[in-house]
Amino acid sequence: MSFAFYVVAALTLAGGLAAVLLKNLVHCALALTVAFAGLALLFLQLDAQFVGFVQILVYIGAVAILVVFAILLTRGSETPKSSEIFSRTWLAGLVVAAAVFAVLGWAVLQAAPGLPYATVAPMVTVQEIGAALMGRYVLPLEIVALLLTAALIGAVIVAMHEKEGAR
Amino acid sequence: MLEKADQIFVLLLHWLVSFLPSNWQHVASVVLCVATIVLLYPALFAIAVLLERKGLGRMQNRYGPNRAGPFGILQPVADGIKSLTKEDIVPFRADALVHFMAPLVLVVAVFMGFAVMPMGRNMVLVDLDASLLFFFAMGASTELSIFMAGWSSRNKYSLLGAMRAVAQMISYEVPLLLSSVVIVMMTGSLSLVKIVEAQNHYSWGLPHWYVFTPWGLAGFVMFVIASMAETNRSPFDLPEGESEIVAGYFTEYSGFKFALFFLGEYVGMFGIAGLGTTLFLGGWSAPFAFLGWVPSWIWFFAKVMAWICFFIWVRGTMPRLRQDQLMNFAWKFVLPMTLVNLMVAALWRFMGEGLLRWAVCSVIVVVAYAAMGRVEMRRGHLGPRSYRYAE
Amino acid sequence: MLGEGLLKGLAETARNFAGSYVSKERLTTVQYPEERVAPIEAARVFPFLVYDGADWEAGLRCVACQICEKECPPKCIYIEKSKDKKPDYVGKPQIYPARFDIDVSVCMSCQICVEVCPFEAIKMDTEFELATQDRFGGLLHDRKQLAKSNEYFHAIHPTEAAEVDARLDEEKAKVEAKAKAAAEAAAAKAAAGAAPAAPPAAKPAEKPAGGGE
Repeated sequence: MSFAFYVVAALTLAGGLAAVLLKNLVHCALALTVAFAGLALLFLQLDAQFVGFVQILVYIGAVAILVVFAILLTRGSETPKSSEIFSRTWLAGLVVAAAVFAVLGWAVLQAAPGLPYATVAPMVTVQEIGAALMGRYVLPLEIVALLLTAALIGAVIVAMHEKEGAR
Repeated sequence: MLEKADQIFVLLLHWLVSFLPSNWQHVASVVLCVATIVLLYPALFAIAVLLERKGLGRMQNRYGPNRAGPFGILQPVADGIKSLTKEDIVPFRADALVHFMAPLVLVVAVFMGFAVMPMGRNMVLVDLDASLLFFFAMGASTELSIFMAGWSSRNKYSLLGAMRAVAQMISYEVPLLLSSVVIVMMTGSLSLVKIVEAQNHYSWGLPHWYVFTPWGLAGFVMFVIASMAETNRSPFDLPEGESEIVAGYFTEYSGFKFALFFLGEYVGMFGIAGLGTTLFLGGWSAPFAFLGWVPSWIWFFAKVMAWICFFIWVRGTMPRLRQDQLMNFAWKFVLPMTLVNLMVAALWRFMGEGLLRWAVCSVIVVVAYAAMGRVEMRRGHLGPRSYRYAE
Repeated sequence: MLGEGLLKGLAETARNFAGSYVSKERLTTVQYPEERVAPIEAARVFPFLVYDGADWEAGLRCVACQICEKECPPKCIYIEKSKDKKPDYVGKPQIYPARFDIDVSVCMSCQICVEVCPFEAIKMDTEFELATQDRFGGLLHDRKQLAKSNEYFHAIHPTEAAEVDARLDEEKAKVEAKAKAAAEAAAAKAAAGAAPAAPPAAKPAEKPAGGGE
């Protein structure tokens, strides 16, 4: 665990916390982007270049923008008037968050029994990732592709339907 | 001697670094390379701005700037001094922090892209395994800075400009990526260095640039279109349409921050031009085998500048698109063309050497282009515009 | 085919680009401080005060009637009347402007002051290089800066100046004829020997008019 790791981890955590705690929705979205960027840096630090770049490309380049668009096009970016810090469903939220955390923590503990192990991370080239995707994992890849295509067509149909209704 | 001229910057770097103790050498060389990039591209930016203003002037039968210095060559200096000495105004209601961060994020993201650009033989800062992906990742981050600028200004024109910019950049990023995927399919690598090396051989004195293949040409055309949209250049300059929304997302920027946006935009242009050069025009390789003795970096920068000149030429020619035309063009013409091109590239790959694949692939590309163009023109999505005036 | 128009457009701009280096007549730009376009007669920029004769102060046509000051839409004219009087172009004693200032930065070149002036005293200039480095004093033109000779008026607006001169001459002729008639009448009256006491104040005033001619 190097010094850089702590800096990046602190940045990521700060971004995540800010995303939850800030009041202005757009600020939250931008803080979330900081968390994404920190995560990408963590990937890069683990020599996982491909995943790191994809994280930037997909999460900062697309997901963050999508979130921002969703905020701007729906509720407006202004700070809500109510001064309550907690929402009404805070208990349910807490339970869900705790459940997710428990599941994740359990999964991590199951996967790596001796967590702080100090082996050298294997260098995985892009070529190997490609070969694995096209060879061993071709079926999941195809399923995901099919799913995405279906989603794409669905989006097109939704958009077309709306257009006809407007006329 | 010629070898030395080709490698002059590399040798210079080694020579400079050799004065330092060995454990400092690595850091020093990185700092030197970064400093060179950070200084070089603003200098090119100054040249490009002057070229643009003079070139646009000549296309409109004007002189262009000719007062500052002989033939106006000091105009960029004058512009720079002007923007540096101007007052930096932040709107009262603006989100000061985000307003301040936006130009920085843009400039940083834009400069990061050059880290993986092979600017000559052995002249690449980091030879990443996935450098193409890195470049696109950096390009995608600029969208966020544009949104930050537009949103934090608390100005309706800024926000409109930012929304337009982001929508446009997202739409054109898809064809931009898909048109470069063909290259990756053919080279079998995401590394820009390997992509250049794959193009750097000759038959009968002519280079094996990817643009000289049917799929390469189609990809090249689509890449040029998408890159213009990605850098918000005319005719895709809706985000800063002066006649509609003042200056788009940087309406509320002044002084040095405005200059940073301006710089970021042009450096982004160099980046995308450099990427296009690397992917389709053989990067730093010479256009003819007998010109191989010219230093490789000269070829790279000549190609980038030629690309910039083409951008200027297009800017002097085309009127701005409307928002719906822009979107129609992206999703109903450029994107299908790049998809067809993917299939053509796959065909090319599996048909083996010979004239047959040339014929088949060319026919498919041309027919797809003509048919799609016809359909789109008949539907009125593309083609000559009709105007309706109020009676 | 799609894209033909784009190529045509590119060819056109390329032709312009290359042509501007080859043929000079394509470049319509006038390089202003060194080259100038010949002034257009109908051009109007900023008002000036016309004077006759050689001395600007004596020859000012303005009689400080303040109509222009009142009519000026942006109120850029400031006039102070004089205490004494001096003879105008027909010899009638008139007050004159002790102060006549126009603010360049406020004037909108509407020409209303010219249209309302009954004395043809204020006209529009074609001088447009009015920029100054002193933004308070330098932009306020006083009557000395505003006064320009009738010859200058002829030089910049020949048609209008000729019309104005004709009108003024006509008026002057009319006044003279009237004066002559009055004089003749007085002489006739004197010859009749009836009345000795004609108003003495009016006569000396009319005399210089005749003398001046």
